[in-house]
Amino acid sequence: MEAVIGGIEILLNWQVLLALFVGSVGGVIIGAIPGVGAPTAIAILLPATFSMEPVVGLTMLLGIYGSSMYGGAIPAVLLNTPGTPVNALTTYDGFPMTQRGEAHRALSLAYSASFFGGIFAILCLILFAPVLAMVAPKFGSREIFLAALLGIVLVIVAHRGQAMAAGMLAFLGIFLNSVGLETVKYTQRFTFDQAWLSSGFDLIVVVLGLFGISQALVLMVDSDAVPKPMTVQGNLFRGFAELFRHKRVASVSSGFGVAMGIIPGVGEFTAQFLSYTYARKTSKQPGMFGKGSPEGIIASEASNNAVPPSAMIPLLALGIPGEALTAMMLSVFYVHNVVPGPQLFRDHMDFIMALYLSLLILNVLVVIFLLFSTNALIKVTQVPTRFLGMTIMALSFVGVYSLRNSITDCAIASGFGVFGLILKRLGLPVVPIILGMVLGGIMEVKLRASMARIDSPLDFFDRPISVVIILAIVFVIVQHLRTLRAEGKQPGTTAGDSV
Amino acid sequence: MSRLRSYLDVLQRERPPGDLVFALGFLAFCLFLFANLGEEVEWVSGMGLVSQPAFWPTVSVLGMLLFAILHVCGSLVSPRTPGRLQETVFWMRSLEYVAYLLVYVWSVPFLGYLPATVLFSLLVTFRLGYRKPVAYGAALLFAISVVLIFKSILQVNMPVGELYEHLPASLRRFAMSYL
Repeated sequence: MEAVIGGIEILLNWQVLLALFVGSVGGVIIGAIPGVGAPTAIAILLPATFSMEPVVGLTMLLGIYGSSMYGGAIPAVLLNTPGTPVNALTTYDGFPMTQRGEAHRALSLAYSASFFGGIFAILCLILFAPVLAMVAPKFGSREIFLAALLGIVLVIVAHRGQAMAAGMLAFLGIFLNSVGLETVKYTQRFTFDQAWLSSGFDLIVVVLGLFGISQALVLMVDSDAVPKPMTVQGNLFRGFAELFRHKRVASVSSGFGVAMGIIPGVGEFTAQFLSYTYARKTSKQPGMFGKGSPEGIIASEASNNAVPPSAMIPLLALGIPGEALTAMMLSVFYVHNVVPGPQLFRDHMDFIMALYLSLLILNVLVVIFLLFSTNALIKVTQVPTRFLGMTIMALSFVGVYSLRNSITDCAIASGFGVFGLILKRLGLPVVPIILGMVLGGIMEVKLRASMARIDSPLDFFDRPISVVIILAIVFVIVQHLRTLRAEGKQPGTTAGDSV
Repeated sequence: MSRLRSYLDVLQRERPPGDLVFALGFLAFCLFLFANLGEEVEWVSGMGLVSQPAFWPTVSVLGMLLFAILHVCGSLVSPRTPGRLQETVFWMRSLEYVAYLLVYVWSVPFLGYLPATVLFSLLVTFRLGYRKPVAYGAALLFAISVVLIFKSILQVNMPVGELYEHLPASLRRFAMSYL
């Protein structure tokens, strides 16, 4: 309770509240524009937050992260185009409802399910925070190294049908992190005698290249697309009543979101896949799925919106980001010399509570904003895509150049922009590179620290948490290989078909 | 042979146009790094294996190489979708916009952030094929807004344009601080 009151005190600061408002409303607008998305927006804003207090900067980024999926549901339902990638599943049932003339019902369900998922996850986290505060300090170097390794393994196997590409890109991320002057023996690693490589690759530069500039290039090189204008008429509050009739689906889906958010490297897509499958299997009308089922929309939106709060757990408790957005947020901590991890959870629970409470407030803010501004937001989706590309490129420039006014940084970011464009065109994932960079650095430091404290590698097995994580790694790999083998035996299928 | 074939079938996946070009290009990059492992990393005597400065670069290059080989195999055993050349041309076309961005970056310390951003926005809008005045109005408004938000309000770190030195004294300080 003391921590909650401390958290409220932190939040009662005009800068924090303003950041929360700007982040929440900005996140909805960004989410509503197909082709931008939270990662691009966060990447662009990241350097600007470095000059703010950590809680102010993080609140703004959290606002964007937590609210973009709400906005992403608008084009998913109305235009069959997801505003953010995680709204893709919402198109399956949202757009058929729009075609039936029930756009307001679909949007209302999406908003209420998102709200339910978000609040469910935050309440779970607030209730479990004391438990996490007890468990987190039991993670030493060995456990954090193994948790980061588990994150790498999971990010590879979670990309079913693309595991090989995810693997090579995750290792590329680890490689990028290792380039430059290392700080133990001061040797150069893969610098090819080039001075500009001595300081290595900055995470922000790579992130802005892969998310910002690449997205700008994709939009500018491709042909222009301008969706048809439309409006929504009807009561958007009704979805809350309908959601109550499907409370089982909403609760289980939110539960999947919480569980998948906590596990590094897994995230929204797996949560949605599990929720949607569960909802269809237990529905009285499974034939309606994909044709405008309310349960389908609830499963998709409740699960994806439950992920952001829980994704903060591995970041805050262990200092391990589970996906690209929390990896970006990690850099805000580093810039301010705040080290997320067991100590933060143990000593600054008020700070943690402030972040959770800000998520709670943002969900309320966003729903109120959406209920009254949906028709205005639909106009945002009308921005021509090539023009949008130009704006993203100019904004990405601010992000890269403001770091240290370096033309070299901009050239490197542009290089990663072209690389990101190729990956996006081929449908290959970008996230493993970012996670590889962040987790690679953590693994290097923590493995070195653990080896200094143990006599043989077998000492990894002498602590219960280490053993559990090692068993989890082995289980995940064996299960993945078994699935691949089973899919390979089925004639006429490819490994990715089951996704 | 049939056993090898069944193992390779596991690697089958969707193969969009350009997939093989990318897979081979990435494999070539990995081989280049692998060939330079001896030169570009250092093994220090008297240190444990995992504490070696060379340990993680070696692990990452070997990991990349292994997965890149499997990715190429996956591409080769998967059904091809035509359009490789068009896709590669699409990738190359992005370089034109990269060039515009780099010219913009290069021009900021000379012209100043506001003039460079306005010029970049208007010229790229023209290049993208927009001809209606409303598009240029939107581009101008966007450029001014970006400068106001990031430079004037958020005070992000941007160099002062040399062009501002030639402004009247009363305007110079304002331009240097906020534009």
